Amino acid sequence: MAREVISTGNELAAKAAVEAGARFFGGYPITPSSEIMHVSSDMLPKVGGTCIQMEDEIAGISAALGASMTGTKSYTATSGPGISLKAEQIGLAFIAEIPLVIFNVMRGGPSTGLPTRVSQADIGQAQYPTHGDYASITLCAGSLTECYTQSVRAFNLAEKYMTPVFMLLDETIGHMHGKADLPDIEEIEASIVDREKFHGEPADYKPYKAEMNKPAVLNPMFEGYRYHITGLHHGDEGFPTEDATQCEFNIERLVGKINTVHLENNGLDDLPDYEEVDLEDADVCIIAYGSIALAAYEAVKKLRSEGIKAGLFRPIMLWPSPINRLEEIGKKFENRIMVTELNMGQYSKEIERVIKRNDFTTLLKANGRPIAPAEMVAKVKEMI
Amino acid sequence: MAFNYDKYLRVNKMPTLWCWGCGDGVILKATIRAIEKMGWDMDTVCIVSGIGCSGRFSSYIDCNTVHTTHGRTVAYATGVKLAKPHAHVIVVAGDGDGLAIGGNHTIHGCRRNIDLNFILINNFIYGLTNSQTSPTTPRGMWTVSQKNGNIDPTFDACKLAIGAGASFVAREAMTDPKKLEKILVKGFSHKGFSFMDIFSNCHINLGRKNKMLSAMDNLKWIDSITLPVKKWEALSEEEQLNIFPTGVLREVEQEEYCDMYAEIQKAAKGERPKITQDDFKKKI
Repeated sequence: MAREVISTGNELAAKAAVEAGARFFGGYPITPSSEIMHVSSDMLPKVGGTCIQMEDEIAGISAALGASMTGTKSYTATSGPGISLKAEQIGLAFIAEIPLVIFNVMRGGPSTGLPTRVSQADIGQAQYPTHGDYASITLCAGSLTECYTQSVRAFNLAEKYMTPVFMLLDETIGHMHGKADLPDIEEIEASIVDREKFHGEPADYKPYKAEMNKPAVLNPMFEGYRYHITGLHHGDEGFPTEDATQCEFNIERLVGKINTVHLENNGLDDLPDYEEVDLEDADVCIIAYGSIALAAYEAVKKLRSEGIKAGLFRPIMLWPSPINRLEEIGKKFENRIMVTELNMGQYSKEIERVIKRNDFTTLLKANGRPIAPAEMVAKVKEMI
Repeated sequence: MAFNYDKYLRVNKMPTLWCWGCGDGVILKATIRAIEKMGWDMDTVCIVSGIGCSGRFSSYIDCNTVHTTHGRTVAYATGVKLAKPHAHVIVVAGDGDGLAIGGNHTIHGCRRNIDLNFILINNFIYGLTNSQTSPTTPRGMWTVSQKNGNIDPTFDACKLAIGAGASFVAREAMTDPKKLEKILVKGFSHKGFSFMDIFSNCHINLGRKNKMLSAMDNLKWIDSITLPVKKWEALSEEEQLNIFPTGVLREVEQEEYCDMYAEIQKAAKGERPKITQDDFKKKI
């Protein structure tokens, strides 16, 4: 029995956070993400959680990271300019392996850009938000329902892999108001992942002594396991080191615990990393994600009604990208692929990298306006 | 019997990274003695530090420690404290950390009056990175980033903290470890934001071109610019200009942020009416 609700993407994201077990929000107002904070300020204290509006974007994520170190599932919400400001703390979350969900409701950039208009131009930023080497997990909601379900997943991935996870919405989907079918709360509760804990003697505890491609095991503060967390390179016990072998291992492990695991296991969890619509017998493949996919569903229908066998491939986990499946799609459709996105081709470049060809079609827009189904239909007709 | 520092130290991290004669070690010891006076269980203590020489402070004490990014100590500590209000949270920041790059967080920590114990290790210079000007570098002194003399006005950190609303504000120099320990105990005992501006020496990087080549010269200079607040108050306005008062400069009872947030939680659960202006003596 699913739960049917009428809500907005941003409200559903906040609801998902609380129902996924998050109990701390630290943030700063910014369009078009602020409603996530608004709803959190109401929902969190009801369940004994805390929502604090900090003095700036940096403080918002810093407070959330501090709370996460105590074992409290935490999140922050912002848009592109906020991610730019938070970048340094995101780096600390990567290297110190502090779980955190970062909602980015994308708007037009760069800089202040187009605060109230839609964009998908933070895709690249989500992959490499801060200096140094690491691997990012980035999910992107393609419907109101996914604003909820993928947000729950983001918290679970953050805990499982001890890492910040980006949950991307865009202005359209964040502010969209409509019906969403949510899984039952029992189903959500059964799916919840909590970070691993060390249960042995405190004297034997080495929080960062992890095997290659495995996350650190960080016990919550104040539970009798005293250790050190730092943004510096560190050894097994968390204390700073410049040892070349250790530093090399650290970086390989940080990247490998996401990218290698994703590649070897064909995913980071049991949930689908992409959706396919009418792709089986298709001659043409449209690739779209986020709110643009809503237009792509319509475009596929329209094309099929006109006798053109179109299908849709919609990535849900953008980073790491669904490499194995994309490779197959590249082989099957060759140049009969149209990638459409609200930026100058940030994900198209990833597809080019994976399928190793650049003769596919793109339909790009970076003026703060969405792409209509008719534009997609026209573009597909041009290419066949 | 001699005081057993080893009980509180991560002894395998000794010796510290600090230079010979550095005041930070004195502040570390005074902090440990103050913690012992408080009788805190170290499992309940968290020390959050930033970047700079003071950043290493957290790694030396055996408790829950976090070495954060430059300037963000108070923000991280706010998250720790709000998530676990029963914890004892000590923030250690330098003058660059707490007053320049992190000035905004310091102000708002004071304003919220959240129960953090903020130790500003104020050595008037960026020591770790070789003598750049800090917000507390005295005017006219040489720094590596102002080789023709610093023209930037000197920050009075305590005035800032008082203005921002910290309910406990004190200053002490590490030249008198006993007094320092007492001030720290007072600050730790106080409920609310305890701002402690602790003068320390950096004869290596403040002193080298400012005629304080030895630790002793630097300590004497610190003594020459400080005076207990009662004596300081007796000075003329002109005499006060270049002297910093020491001791407790402000100590008031004021609503503490975590306590107030607990009321928010009660209101959200319907256990009390929503918070209105009538709940506060000082409304604006």
